[in-house]
Amino acid sequence: MTAVPPGRDVDPILDVRDLVTHLYTRWGVTKAVDGVSLRLYPGEMLGIVGESGSGKSMLALSLVRLTPEPAGRILGGQVLLNGQDLLLLSAKQMRRIRGREISMILQDPQQSLNPVYSVGNQLAEAIRLHGMAASSAEVLKRSVAALQSVRVPAPERRLRDFPHQMSGGMKQRVVGAMAIACQPSVLIADEPTTALDVTIQAQYLRLLDEIRKETSIGIILITHDFGVIAESCDRVAVMYAGRIVEQGPVSDIFDNPRHPYTRALLEARPRRGRQAARLPSIEGQPPSLIDLPPGCAFAPRCRHAYRRCEEQYPPSFEIGDYHRAACWLAEETP
Amino acid sequence: MARYVLINSVRGVLTILAVSFIVFSLARLTGDPLDVLAPVDMSREDEQALREQWGLDKSLPEQYRSFIANALRGDFGPSFLYPTETAGGIIADRLPASIRLGMVATLLVVTIGIPLGILSAVKRGSPADRIAKGLALFGQSVPEFWLAIMLIWLIAVPWKFIPTSGIGSWSSYILPSFVIAIFGIAALLRLFRSAMLETLGSEYIKLARLKGVSEFWVIMKHALKPASIGPLTFFGGVAVRMLTGATVVEIVFSWPGVGFLAFEAANARDFPVVQALALFTATVIVVMNLLVDVTYAYLDPRVRLGQRSLA
Repeated sequence: MTAVPPGRDVDPILDVRDLVTHLYTRWGVTKAVDGVSLRLYPGEMLGIVGESGSGKSMLALSLVRLTPEPAGRILGGQVLLNGQDLLLLSAKQMRRIRGREISMILQDPQQSLNPVYSVGNQLAEAIRLHGMAASSAEVLKRSVAALQSVRVPAPERRLRDFPHQMSGGMKQRVVGAMAIACQPSVLIADEPTTALDVTIQAQYLRLLDEIRKETSIGIILITHDFGVIAESCDRVAVMYAGRIVEQGPVSDIFDNPRHPYTRALLEARPRRGRQAARLPSIEGQPPSLIDLPPGCAFAPRCRHAYRRCEEQYPPSFEIGDYHRAACWLAEETP
Repeated sequence: MARYVLINSVRGVLTILAVSFIVFSLARLTGDPLDVLAPVDMSREDEQALREQWGLDKSLPEQYRSFIANALRGDFGPSFLYPTETAGGIIADRLPASIRLGMVATLLVVTIGIPLGILSAVKRGSPADRIAKGLALFGQSVPEFWLAIMLIWLIAVPWKFIPTSGIGSWSSYILPSFVIAIFGIAALLRLFRSAMLETLGSEYIKLARLKGVSEFWVIMKHALKPASIGPLTFFGGVAVRMLTGATVVEIVFSWPGVGFLAFEAANARDFPVVQALALFTATVIVVMNLLVDVTYAYLDPRVRLGQRSLA
């Protein structure tokens, strides 16, 4: 399943540079996204993995400029979508991008659909809003097509249904249909399978995989589950305390993890054939994003940390093709 | 849907029947109605004749049956207070004044309370929100009679074109309708504010924004409809109060409506009028609740379609 690490000649559809988003809360300033850079290529599935509170969801919301009001503020960096910096757009221009160029699937399908409008109504809204269809007949045609593309059986009939008449898996398919109805170039899926049954999870991931193969859409898959990453992603970025600590092709990360945090995450994964009494876990708690240490945020929990780690944040060292790690240890051993 | 309306209608009729039974029983429990009707020095024969004339010699179930039969025809007997008129006739005379006042007040409640509640939620924490919350606190805690007297004193007395009492041109509606409306405005404001806040924080609002829906439609389409389901229950109660006459306000402003009439009739032990008013109020409550239930079904497909699950 691990497809192309994209050739260097392909331009990324999404190029995020040094993105910084802070949340101004009652308790202080939370550095939710603290200088994140990543690229997404067409037809690629990029996984973002990290613990809860590592800033994954805030990163996703920053990309579409929907950080919570009024606490969230994007302070710096660039979000280049096909070369255009989204952070410079007016609110109105940004609305034309949302749902049209970048769309998103949220975690809980039970909550993501409006209970008082039919599925058809909500789907048609996405299509009509971006001028994707001239007539009602065409809206209907496109709505049916969108449901078909997420493998919803009997789509014409389903359009009249209300969310409460559907199962969780079906609802998440509808959310997916809404997300791809306008053929965007980027789809962000924020833990799309967390709220689904395990059997439905695999189906849904397969569906996302098929969609990106059919449409060359770039998908950012946010998860806390390395198993999900292994199954469906080409590349993966590991987030810790608002930063990406390591990123690279999935096979490289699994075979040759260079950041101790990545290694710890991989070890904490249940695996078949390993008869451990207890799963290894990472000692300590993720740091509070309000007062981060000056050095590496993982240093207090890191078995290999030395003085430099606590004093200086490590830059991102290049290890191989697309494989980078922000760890002082990665500098020494190539 | 038809089944839903039918079930609720049947329930409504049963409620009215229950109220009629209570009204009938209470009138009997306060003593022999003849004590009110008959002069103290009446002879035994005359008293017996009067008893037969009013049907009070019959058994209680029979009396109840004829009470219901008459009530269905709108006949509650002659008023004790105004013997030349029937109880039903008096109410019919007074009702338009109350309904007109109530409609103006309802209009105020809807056009002030709901928009302010929405504004307050959307601009949470802003000066507008703080003013609206202050208004809500004031409206829910101020006693009507006090507010009415203050307004007469501060507005109607110095400004001659606003009458202090009675029914006249449109200007006579201003003060009483405002006093009646203030509680409803405050209540709907608060309810809409909290319902909108809850809805605006929901995931489907986030998803609507993610689709590229503009903030105006996020509020007016995606948030308002689900948010109005909760406050609707309360609105039924507000509307009932508006239509059945606000007794205190009508007394202070000498408004010739059914609220004032209820006060007069109760004071004069005018049983036919009190009974008729009680049944009338119950009927309005039942009808309003039915309307609320139907509106529920219109707003919420989960009610309309039942909780059946197809998936």
